[in-house]
Amino acid sequence: MKAVQTLSSRTVVLPSSNIDTDQIIPARFLTTTTREGLGRSLFADWRYDAQGTPKPDFILNRPEAAGCRILVAGCNFGCGSSREHAPWALLDYGIQAVISTEIADIFRSNSLKNGFLPVVVDQATSDWLLANPGAEVTIDVAQTTLSLPTGTRVKFPLEDFSRYCLLNGVDELGFLLDRQPQIEAYERQRQI
Amino acid sequence: MAKSPQTMFEKVWRQHEVIGESAETPAVLYIDLHLIHEVTSPQAFSVLRERGLPVRRVDLTLATMDHSTPTRTEQIFGGAPISIDSAAKQIRELEINCAQFGVELLGLRHAQRGIVHIIGPELGITQPGKTVVCGDSHTSTHGALGALAFGIGTTEVGHVLATQCLLQRKPRTFALNVSGRLRPGVTAKDLILGIIGKIGVGGGTGHVIEYRGETIRGLDMDERMTICNMSIEAGARAGMIAPDETTYRYLAGRPRAPQGEAWERAVERWRQLPTDEGASFDKQVDIDASSLEPMITYGTNPGMVIPISSSIPTRANDAVFAKSLAYMGLEAGAPIKDQPVNVVFLGSCTNGRISDLRSAAGVMRGRKVAKGVQMLVIPGSQQVKKEAEAEGLDRVFIDAGAEWRESGCSMCLGMNGDLVPKGQYSVSTSNRNFEGRQGIGARTLLASPLTAAASAVRGRVTDPRELMS
Repeated sequence: MKAVQTLSSRTVVLPSSNIDTDQIIPARFLTTTTREGLGRSLFADWRYDAQGTPKPDFILNRPEAAGCRILVAGCNFGCGSSREHAPWALLDYGIQAVISTEIADIFRSNSLKNGFLPVVVDQATSDWLLANPGAEVTIDVAQTTLSLPTGTRVKFPLEDFSRYCLLNGVDELGFLLDRQPQIEAYERQRQI
Repeated sequence: MAKSPQTMFEKVWRQHEVIGESAETPAVLYIDLHLIHEVTSPQAFSVLRERGLPVRRVDLTLATMDHSTPTRTEQIFGGAPISIDSAAKQIRELEINCAQFGVELLGLRHAQRGIVHIIGPELGITQPGKTVVCGDSHTSTHGALGALAFGIGTTEVGHVLATQCLLQRKPRTFALNVSGRLRPGVTAKDLILGIIGKIGVGGGTGHVIEYRGETIRGLDMDERMTICNMSIEAGARAGMIAPDETTYRYLAGRPRAPQGEAWERAVERWRQLPTDEGASFDKQVDIDASSLEPMITYGTNPGMVIPISSSIPTRANDAVFAKSLAYMGLEAGAPIKDQPVNVVFLGSCTNGRISDLRSAAGVMRGRKVAKGVQMLVIPGSQQVKKEAEAEGLDRVFIDAGAEWRESGCSMCLGMNGDLVPKGQYSVSTSNRNFEGRQGIGARTLLASPLTAAASAVRGRVTDPRELMS
């Protein structure tokens, strides 16, 4: 996993609440056996018409969204299916963080394992961001803060271990493999 | 000194802590059963290969194929090519991965193949007190047996394959107390839809729900699985139901359940699992089941649900709500009953078990699927299929004009090409009515097997009680 210290970008806004992982990447693109190339299928049914032509009205197809790396979304982002293809598709497309008032558990867990930042903020901050698309914001992982162009800085929840992994690009598998002796000890006394 | 009272979740959690959590690090949690399928495992096996790691406990790992797997008999047994090339490749890759890493696979033509969440309980490998994970959010189903079962992503599939462990923060606990008797024609599916309607699609986020109370105690195992299955639709990490005599009767004699003396010892251990009197939960909600009607969704998430006799709600100045209704082609204030239906799907990990097929067949026996309606009946597993055929349920569906096929996830998510055409209305016994879930532009109405069967017969959304004697 690549280390992430800070992320600064203009925002792109998808105001819908409950954006599920079937919207982020529809199931028909999940018959892949690799992680690569999923960005082209990101939000496929919102982005393209039946002929595969980009819909000009969809926000990611508009010129002002080009280069935006931070998505602002309505509450309960990433609900539904556990598919890790969702953060893979976002990252492959170039989006590296989502800001919402609520982020679904499995999506959040999958995000953190891939260096994608799930940023949960209060309603007032979310309302401001939803009303100000294109705002230049900065996410600081070390400080666990989100800075708005108004000068406001808000804290967001990120537990120490996840923060450490993000800042240092540490992947959890290495951490678990280092716990082999404890795992073996557990297995020796395990019932079932 | 007496131990302080604990919830069932806390007991199972503690029994599986290899290392407890601290302020700095999450717990290292041991996994007793890891279920694998073709869609969310290939990239995890790739990581093992890259790092030169074996599967740590092949004896605690079981694979099957269900998601992108065909339901056409000729494609499974007749040598016909699988119609989607990438799906065929994914299935082949699972076969190769299982063979190379020594993982047991209930493969394409295996008599015990089926939807991963149907076969775990059916084989008796899902057991009370176990930790069960799978790269699929509906792993919550297995909680119906008193297991702590939850969905994980592919990176975590790799963690479990390599170490049999996961790094996890302890979720909060949520008691969902259900009282009152379900009325005739009102099923476990209606109950869980009613619960999601009440607590919302994010109502369980960060929590493990324990479904409790007299109503839950009165449900059979298939019904309990329907309830726990849709915990994720309320955002919950997992759903659990305390094991009891119903659970033990269900498990006894199943091929992978403990046998003989081991069974007696296991039951003795399982009897310690239920939540202690006086244990406290982080959150509580009470539901009165006796006031419920058959429920049906009208929007694009499972929380957008109403009793079948009522009208679609009106919400002024709510653009998201309006967008959802526009997608559905439905109008605020209109009744949902008698809405014309094009497709009916009976199946999935929510409602693909034998009792679901029996209840739908009860409505359909001697009746026909309405003209112009396509009805697809997909048993949840090959075992369910065999059992249904032994009872003649397949004939009931076929004689009515429905299609009867091999098991799999099928039209719940359409990965295998079983799709609802654009703009069409599908009454589905599955779990998600998200935009495009059953096909691009497909309009899904989630309901019980009874409501699905009644709607298939009438060709419009129908209260099943109108067709029940």
